[in-house]
Amino acid sequence: MPNSQPAIQLDRLSRHYTMGETSVRAVDNVSLRVASNEFLALLGSSGSGKSTLLNLIAGLDRPSSGSIIAYGTNIATLSSLALARYRSNTIGMIFQSFHLLPRMTLEENVELPLRLAEVDYADRSARVREALERVRLTHRFGHRPTELSGGEQQRVAIARAIVNRPKILLADEPTGNLDSATGESILNLLCELQRTLGTTIIMVTHERPLAERFADRLAIMGDGKLLSTSAAVKEQVQ
Amino acid sequence: MKTRDLTDLALRNLREAILRNALTTLGVAVGVASLVAMLSLGVGLQELASKRLSQSGLFDTVIVTPKNNLRGMGGPARREAEADSEKPPRALDEEARHEIEKLPNVIEVYPQVRFFTEVRFHSKPFATVVAGMPESSKNSGSFDGIEGNFFSSPTADEAILQIEFAKELSSDTRSLVGQDLALRYAERQALPASSDDAATNSSDPAAGGGGFSVVPKELHLKIVGIVETEPAQGFGGYGNARLLIPLRTASTLRAAQVNDLRDIVRDSSASKITYPNLSVRAKSPSLVEPLELAIKSMGFSAFSLLDASKSLRTFFSVFDLLLGIFGSLALAVATLGIVNTLVMAILERRREIGVLKALGAADSDVRQLFFVEAGVMGFLGGIFGVLFGWLIGRALTFGTNVYLKRQNLNPIELSSVPWWLILSAIAFAILVSLAAGLYPASRAAQLNPVDALRYE
Repeated sequence: MPNSQPAIQLDRLSRHYTMGETSVRAVDNVSLRVASNEFLALLGSSGSGKSTLLNLIAGLDRPSSGSIIAYGTNIATLSSLALARYRSNTIGMIFQSFHLLPRMTLEENVELPLRLAEVDYADRSARVREALERVRLTHRFGHRPTELSGGEQQRVAIARAIVNRPKILLADEPTGNLDSATGESILNLLCELQRTLGTTIIMVTHERPLAERFADRLAIMGDGKLLSTSAAVKEQVQ
Repeated sequence: MKTRDLTDLALRNLREAILRNALTTLGVAVGVASLVAMLSLGVGLQELASKRLSQSGLFDTVIVTPKNNLRGMGGPARREAEADSEKPPRALDEEARHEIEKLPNVIEVYPQVRFFTEVRFHSKPFATVVAGMPESSKNSGSFDGIEGNFFSSPTADEAILQIEFAKELSSDTRSLVGQDLALRYAERQALPASSDDAATNSSDPAAGGGGFSVVPKELHLKIVGIVETEPAQGFGGYGNARLLIPLRTASTLRAAQVNDLRDIVRDSSASKITYPNLSVRAKSPSLVEPLELAIKSMGFSAFSLLDASKSLRTFFSVFDLLLGIFGSLALAVATLGIVNTLVMAILERRREIGVLKALGAADSDVRQLFFVEAGVMGFLGGIFGVLFGWLIGRALTFGTNVYLKRQNLNPIELSSVPWWLILSAIAFAILVSLAAGLYPASRAAQLNPVDALRYE
């Protein structure tokens, strides 16, 4: 069960774009609290603003107004360099299309965040192995991403996301490119990480049934606004 | 990111598009090669000119004369000036010679021995100027391309002929080497009053107090070599010598010289052994000026062809600058190639840059990554460019020497690639490449990660 320590606190968060003469409110005045070790699913139709919200929490985008408090720090006011450090040390990201670097082996792909975080060379190998063990892919160490199935590639992406031991895991449609069985196995893996590593997970999806089965709480978005939040019916389904 | 990781990632990226990056690097190499070839030509020509000038002895030599004995300037005005001077002029004696030898940057100090005389070869008389050559002239380049050998010892009774003089002696100049000739000269013999002084000095001072008598003498010399150039040995005397003998041999002859009579008339401090003049060689032409001043401050007249050497250096500086500018044109074009390659790389690796940023790369990491890639292309281009430039220089030298050989002339080193040129060409290539990488690197660093990740 999630404890009461907030991992993320969004306060009247907005992100507006100007397209020609019209202003698009991608995220509009959203306030949300995500507890530490919580698994939150962000649901909504296409263009509802859920991915934009995820990018704001990830520090990849900057809000037009409002604040994003991540473990006590308002990342909306951080410098570009501090934001990069935040992404490196606090956030792990998983994408719908995996975004593995095709010319690198699995090991090298997983090692990449360690290079960026300037982790000691001596520690890297063990941490890469540990991350790949958690996603049960140690036997494919030297393979390249193109030699793996979609599910395996997503597991590599998860290993890459957790190798730097982030407190928050952000997943943008992690099952979007996978068949339902593989998608389920990926979500099982995420739950396992939440349980074993104590990671806070925020997942963007539009597959409500899956979200209900695996997430602790659902947040529904529409037109950039947070329409509702509700506890998932995970226990009943299980 | 750590430097090792940065370099590793950059090299990976370069390997990824190996053909394009190799072609870009080749472009830099061609640019550097043209720069190096041009400058090596400039440096080579400058070295060639300097060598020829140092062979002539014109620019690294200071001619020292006593103040009362300035050659060719003994007019009435001069004498009046001397009369005005309260201090008696300092004599150019053995003590002064040692003092000059101790000055900084002096290679050697020697008296000029040079006299007009008659040579007999196969009983036929030939008139010529004889000059004593110091032992150091062997390595000065004056005797490069000599037919035969340099003197076997500094006191050998041997002669080297200048080619034009050799042609007068025989149409087959090569056959002269090894033959004997007779040098007929007028020996000064001091009058009895100061004969002791004259006898103790082997390096010919300008005679003793009471004057001297002249006695005809003959010395048999073996011809050991024939030289094409005319080693001028300073710029005193009258015309270039065409029969060269070792300086010490020449000194022991005590041959009457052209200034002797005038010196006798002028010099009243007769008991001292003095030289009519001394040639002082500096380590390089650039050191002649301070040397000349130092000698003047000792109380002698000193003379050098300094200004000509200065304007020569100015000429070559401008010449090198122009060659450098022309050579840089190709490199300027090559830098556009680097800009193009890196901008293309940004487009291709847009998503990768987005991923790196999502995983925690700072803008500076991305910027440095592109900088290292540009720098590596510059470094490799620089190394290959220097190599190509050197090869072009060698080819030019080879071609020129083939031509010179056909014209029966001595081979030359047309181009020269000194260490400073190699290092500065590579450094310049890296610098120019980094400058070329400036725009692509900052563009890559400023990529919006959200847009970059969306890019397919």
